[in-house]
Amino acid sequence: MTATSSTSPSPIDASCRLPLFTLFGGAAVWLALSSVFGLIASIKFHSPNFLADCACLTYGRVHPASLNAFVYGFAIPAGLGVALWLLARLGRVTLARPWLVVVGAKLWHVGVLVGLLGIFGGDATGFEWLEMPRYAAVILFVAFLLMALFGFVTHSARSRRCESADSSGEDVRRFTSAATNELYPSQWFVLAALFWFPWIYSTANLLLLVFPVRGVTQAAIDWWFSGNLLVVWLTLAGLAASFYFMPKLSGRPLQSHYLALFVFWTLILFGTWVGIPGGAALPAWMPALSGVAAVMTLVPTLTIAASAWLTLRGSTTKCAGGPLCFVKFGVFSLLLSGLMLAVSAVPQISRVTDFTWFGTAQTQLRLYGFFAMTMFGAAYYILPRVTGNEFPFAKFVRVHFWCGVLGTLLLALPLAIGGVVQGLKLANAGIAFTDVAKSALMFLRLSTVGETLLALGNLLFLLNVTALIVRHYRSVCLTAYAAATARLETTEVKP
Amino acid sequence: MKSGALIFLAAFLALAGSWGGFVLAPQIQLGFNVQTNVVGTGELYPQARPGLAKQGLEVYRANGCVYCHSQQVGQDGTLCEIVLTDAGTNATATLAAIAKLDSELAKLDGVILLARLPKAILTVADMNAAEYALKALEAAGAKAETHLAAIGPDIARGWGRRRTVAQDYLFDYPVQLGSRRIGPDLANVGLRLPDANWQLRHLYAPQSEVQGSTMPSYRFLFETRKAGAKPSPDALQLPAVFAPAFGCEIVPKPEAKVLVAYLLSLRADAPLFEAPLTPLAGAAAATNAPSVSTNAPAK
Repeated sequence: MTATSSTSPSPIDASCRLPLFTLFGGAAVWLALSSVFGLIASIKFHSPNFLADCACLTYGRVHPASLNAFVYGFAIPAGLGVALWLLARLGRVTLARPWLVVVGAKLWHVGVLVGLLGIFGGDATGFEWLEMPRYAAVILFVAFLLMALFGFVTHSARSRRCESADSSGEDVRRFTSAATNELYPSQWFVLAALFWFPWIYSTANLLLLVFPVRGVTQAAIDWWFSGNLLVVWLTLAGLAASFYFMPKLSGRPLQSHYLALFVFWTLILFGTWVGIPGGAALPAWMPALSGVAAVMTLVPTLTIAASAWLTLRGSTTKCAGGPLCFVKFGVFSLLLSGLMLAVSAVPQISRVTDFTWFGTAQTQLRLYGFFAMTMFGAAYYILPRVTGNEFPFAKFVRVHFWCGVLGTLLLALPLAIGGVVQGLKLANAGIAFTDVAKSALMFLRLSTVGETLLALGNLLFLLNVTALIVRHYRSVCLTAYAAATARLETTEVKP
Repeated sequence: MKSGALIFLAAFLALAGSWGGFVLAPQIQLGFNVQTNVVGTGELYPQARPGLAKQGLEVYRANGCVYCHSQQVGQDGTLCEIVLTDAGTNATATLAAIAKLDSELAKLDGVILLARLPKAILTVADMNAAEYALKALEAAGAKAETHLAAIGPDIARGWGRRRTVAQDYLFDYPVQLGSRRIGPDLANVGLRLPDANWQLRHLYAPQSEVQGSTMPSYRFLFETRKAGAKPSPDALQLPAVFAPAFGCEIVPKPEAKVLVAYLLSLRADAPLFEAPLTPLAGAAAATNAPSVSTNAPAK
C-alpha cells in the first residue's frame, strides 16, 4: 500500500468519509455476525443437538440469518460504499449531500437489524434470499433509494465539476478521456447496479409479500429475484471495483475498455435470466430458457478472465497480501464460480447437481470468493485514503487475505465435490437416504474448517475497520479539544 | 450524458425482458389456475389444506424446514404396465400372444404366468406399444389393462408416485419448493409416513426413529412436565434412551401438533392430465418397480 499517513485526504475522498464509515463500519459488524451464525449452523451438521432447545437458534433460522446478514448486512452496503466512492472519484466531484447518504446508510443498517430479529423471531418469509419480513423490507427499500438517489446526483454533477476539486491529475489521464467525456466502464456497472436493485427488490416484495401471487408463480418470482441479486447485482457491483482497481493497483491500463463494456452488455443480457433450476415444476420453457442463459453467461465470465489476464500480464507490481491480491483472487473466484454455474445448467449434469451441496459451493464462491474479497481489497485501499490514516493493524491485512483464500477454497471445493458425490448417490435409489446424508459429512467437516478461517479473517477486518474509525474520531476529538483549550491570541480578545 | 442515457436504456431493456419472461409470463400462464379434475375420478384437485395444516405451514416456514427439505419430485419418464386381468378361455393362444410380445416371457412356465390374475406381465415404454400389446392379447381372447407408472430415482425412493407439477402448489402460501436435499423430499410425506405419533417422536428425537439421522431435534416444540397420576394421552412413547427423566413426560405443544398436521397433509399423488398415472389398486400394482413383476413373477 502506498503511504498516505502524512497526507490529508483530497476533498473528494473527504466528502465520502462519513458515508463510508457508516457503510463499511456496519458492513464489517454484520459480516462478523454472519460468520458466527454460519458457524453455528455448520456445527449443527456434526452434532444435531447443538443448541437445539432454543427455537431462535434452530438451523432453519440461523442459516438464513447468516445468509441475510451477509448479503443485506455486508454485501449491499459495502457494494454501495464502493459504488458511491467510485462515482465521486471517477466523476471528479465531491459526493452530493454526504449527510443524507449517512442517514440512508444508518436506516439501511436499522432495516437489517429489524429483518434479522424478524428471522430469529420466526417471521422469515419462507422465500430463499428474501427472508426479511415485510416491515424490514420497507426500511431497506427506502434506505437504498435514498443512497442511490445521491449516487445519481453525484454522477450528474460531474458535468459541472470543478477540476480543482481533485488534487491529483492521475485519475484524469488513466480513467477518462477528457476530450470526449466518455464514461469509464466502472461507472457503467455502478449505475446499472443502482438501477437494478430497486426494481428487483420492489417486484419481489410486492408480488410475494404484499400482493402475493398464486401457487408456483411465487417460486418463479423468487428464483428470478435471487438470480438477479446474486448473479447480476453482485457481479455488477463487484466488477465495478475490479475494473477500477486492477489497472489502478497494477499500474497498467485496462485491457480493454471494449472488453469491459462487452462484459457489461452480455452480463445484463444473459445473467438476468439465470436462476430457475432444471427440474422446476414450471412450464418446461422456463427452466430451459434459464438453463440456456446460464450457459451463455460463460461469455461474460470468460471475457472477464481474459480482460483481467491481459491487464495484469507483465505487471511488475507485487501485491504482497495487499488490495491487489484481494481483487485478483476475486476475479479468479468469479471465473471458477461462473464455470460451475454454466456447467451445472447443462440438463444431464443438473440432474445430478440439483438439490445438492454443489449449488451452495457455487454460491459461496461467488459471494465470498468474488464479492467479499473484492470489497475487502477496495476497503483496504479506500478507507486509508478517506481518513488520511493507515490501518492501525496493517499486518492483519495480509493474514486476512490468506484466511480469505484458504477459507474460501476449503469451504467451496469440498462442498462442490461432496455435492457431486451426493448427487450421484441420490440418483441411485438403492442407496439409503441416511447413507447419502452421511457421505456428505466428511465434506461438511472440511467446509466447517473453511468457515472458521473465514470467520477469523472477518474478525480481523472488523478489528481493523473499527480501529481505523476510532483512531480517526479520536484525532478529531483531540484536535477539537486542543483548539478549544488553546490560549486565545490577544488580538482576538475584544476589549 | 449520452452514454449515461444509454446505460439506463440497456439496463432497462435487459431487466424488462427477464421481468416479462419470469415474472409476467408465469403469472399469465399459471397465475389464474384454478382447481382441475383428477383423471379418472373427476374429483377437484388440489383441495385447500385443512385449518390445522395451514397453521402448520406457518410453523414449517418460521423454522425454515425448507433449507433442508425440498418439496419437488422429479421423474425420468413413464412406463406402461400391461396388467393381465383375464387369461381368457384359450390359454395356449394367450401364451402365444405373450410370447410374441416378449420372448423372455416365453421361457417361463405358462401355468405360473397365467396364475393369480390380475398381474402386471409386461412393461413397455409408451402408449403406442401398450395399445399394440393390448390388441394382441384381446385377439387371443384375453383381457388386459394398461397402467401408467412414473419412473426415476425419486419415485423408486418412494418420495412420490409421479413428478410434482404446478397444480400441486395452487393453494400454498408461501410455496416452499426448497433447493437442497439435506433431508429427504417431503412432497408426499403424508402418504409415505402417515403415522402422526411417528412424526411427533421423530420431531422430538429424530435419531429415535431414523438411526444415524442428521436432523436436529425440535425439542422446543414439546413440553417436558411432571406426569401426574393420570399421564397425558398425548405424551410421547419414546424408547428408553430418549425418554425423559422418571416421573416426567413429553407432551407436544400446539405448534408440534399443527406441524404434524401439515406434514400429513403433504401428498401430491393425484393423477393429472399433465402428470398421468394409474392409481395403485389391489395386488396387481403393489409395487412401484414394474421390472420386478415382469422378470420374477410371484411364485
